[in-house]
Amino acid sequence: MVLNLPFSPAIQARLRWWLLFLLPLWPLANLVGLGVSNDLGTDPAKFVVDEMGTWAINFLWITLAITPARQVLGWGWALKFRRMMGLYALFYGVLHLLAFCTFLIGWRSDLFFRELTERPYIIVGALALLILIPMGITSTKSMMRRLGKRWKTLHRWIYPASLLVMLHFIWQIRASFYEQLIYGLLLAVLLGYRLYLRYQR
Amino acid sequence: MLIKKPDSIKSSQITPESIYRNRRQFMKAGLGLAAVSSLGLPSIAQALEYDIPTDLPQYPGPEWMRAQLTAAVRNEALSTTEEPAPYYNAITHNNFYEFGTDKRDPVRKAQNFKTDPWTVEIAGEVAKPGNYNLEDILKPHTLEDRVYRLRCVEAWSMVIPWLGFPLADLIKRFEPTSKAKFVRFETLVDKDQMPEQDSIFSTIDWPYVEGLRMDEAMNPLTLMAVGVYGNALPPQNGAPLRLVVPWKYGFKSIKSIVKIEFVEEMPASSWNIIAPGEYGFFANVNPEVGHPRWSQATERRLPSSLLSPNIVDTLPFNGYAEEVAQMYKGMDLKKWY
Ligand code: HEM
Repeated sequence: MVLNLPFSPAIQARLRWWLLFLLPLWPLANLVGLGVSNDLGTDPAKFVVDEMGTWAINFLWITLAITPARQVLGWGWALKFRRMMGLYALFYGVLHLLAFCTFLIGWRSDLFFRELTERPYIIVGALALLILIPMGITSTKSMMRRLGKRWKTLHRWIYPASLLVMLHFIWQIRASFYEQLIYGLLLAVLLGYRLYLRYQR
Repeated sequence: MLIKKPDSIKSSQITPESIYRNRRQFMKAGLGLAAVSSLGLPSIAQALEYDIPTDLPQYPGPEWMRAQLTAAVRNEALSTTEEPAPYYNAITHNNFYEFGTDKRDPVRKAQNFKTDPWTVEIAGEVAKPGNYNLEDILKPHTLEDRVYRLRCVEAWSMVIPWLGFPLADLIKRFEPTSKAKFVRFETLVDKDQMPEQDSIFSTIDWPYVEGLRMDEAMNPLTLMAVGVYGNALPPQNGAPLRLVVPWKYGFKSIKSIVKIEFVEEMPASSWNIIAPGEYGFFANVNPEVGHPRWSQATERRLPSSLLSPNIVDTLPFNGYAEEVAQMYKGMDLKKWY
């Protein structure tokens, strides 16, 4: 197990929590650092949008990997972090959208509506984000209790959301499809695992 | 003697960030000199001295090209008065897919790209076909310094001071026949030097090919460039010979040309082959016709910063309508994008 430290289980769990809470903030901190020292490159707008989008998809895939990690690799502790990782996907997704509005279209409402109605890849990205938002809002423990069985149904929407994000990414292919292939294969494994379990039952 | 061979430059030397921060200083110096020459003072050989920071890579070009490069004179009539992008940004941020898909791949991976000696094949409907040394192709031409806007189809733009000569002058020398209706260009194929040409994930079927209609090729704005910022072209920017068509999206301005062919039919062009619904043959800059995946109404003038993203409205024909719009009279530009 990756996180076996020479401490009591309680302290270990707490350390792990802090580690996994702080580590996902690294991409943002890194970006802020680069921004402050004026090192975001020639086209910082595009760089920031791409970085935030990349981490949104990364955390979405990580969220999807937690159930298989628990069941196949026996990482029982990971379940505790599923909602946290999902929230980070939403967090970076929202930052991605804010960066898009601020740096790419300069909050011009005419451009915003045109992008959101005319461009299929933006539409599917926005739909994915729209799905992630209610999931984020209902991710608290009290909401889990309040919604009971419906909570699980609601949170199964991560599957269509992930497919929409994949489509958002595939629709951007220009000179190379290398990254899309990697993310697509990973998603196929993650979703295929669920289908396999269903088929078994 | 070369002052500094591109081969001797390690890629780690290319992006030291301290240099990036120094760029404003040198820009002031460079513009000062440019301003002097625009006052109508006699253009002596050093008129186009762009003060490039000494710790950035220099691209003096082959020795045989030096005299021509230094004798270049600014063509004020065809140059924009907008401030050119700092040298650092122009040589470190561009697409040259032969070297990779990231904007910084070209500068990282092209430093050892061998661009001298260089042969260009002139072929097709032309009286003097053959394989010519670049030196012989260049010899009769006087180089001009022209500051053009470059608008990428991805909605960013830069102002670049090119060194080159009108494509029209080259075409006349080789005497195309009456059947020559289009000019077709090809980039080098060399998998050993151009890593992305070896990638199985590439959507481009190499060689990269582009084309112009004859009247477009003969337009005075259409430039065959061999240099930027008073020096030779850096390998990452398409050395030793590239096209610059400022009223069209950047992908039309094909780099590292090894073949120029005169043809009767409209030739295929690389991006048009990959996605005909997204990239047309003409690819004239047009804010009215969006790319299916993003708007073309505005552009980010680079370099920009997060505090001032520098979003400017895109102009029809990239602001060169006066020079070129008449060539497309009667054409439906929504159809012929
Ligand atoms: C309203 C919602 C969204 C908008 C307007 C939006 C917009 C964009 C834009 C403009 C790009 C750059 C496209 C280009 O290269 O031309 C992009 C890239 C990307 N987006 Fe989104 N997006 C949205 C939602 C999302 C969501 C929810 C995710 C993931 C959870 C996501 C993941 C990505 C990824 C992975 C990239 C590629 C980044 C790269 O190339 O490095 N996007 N998005």
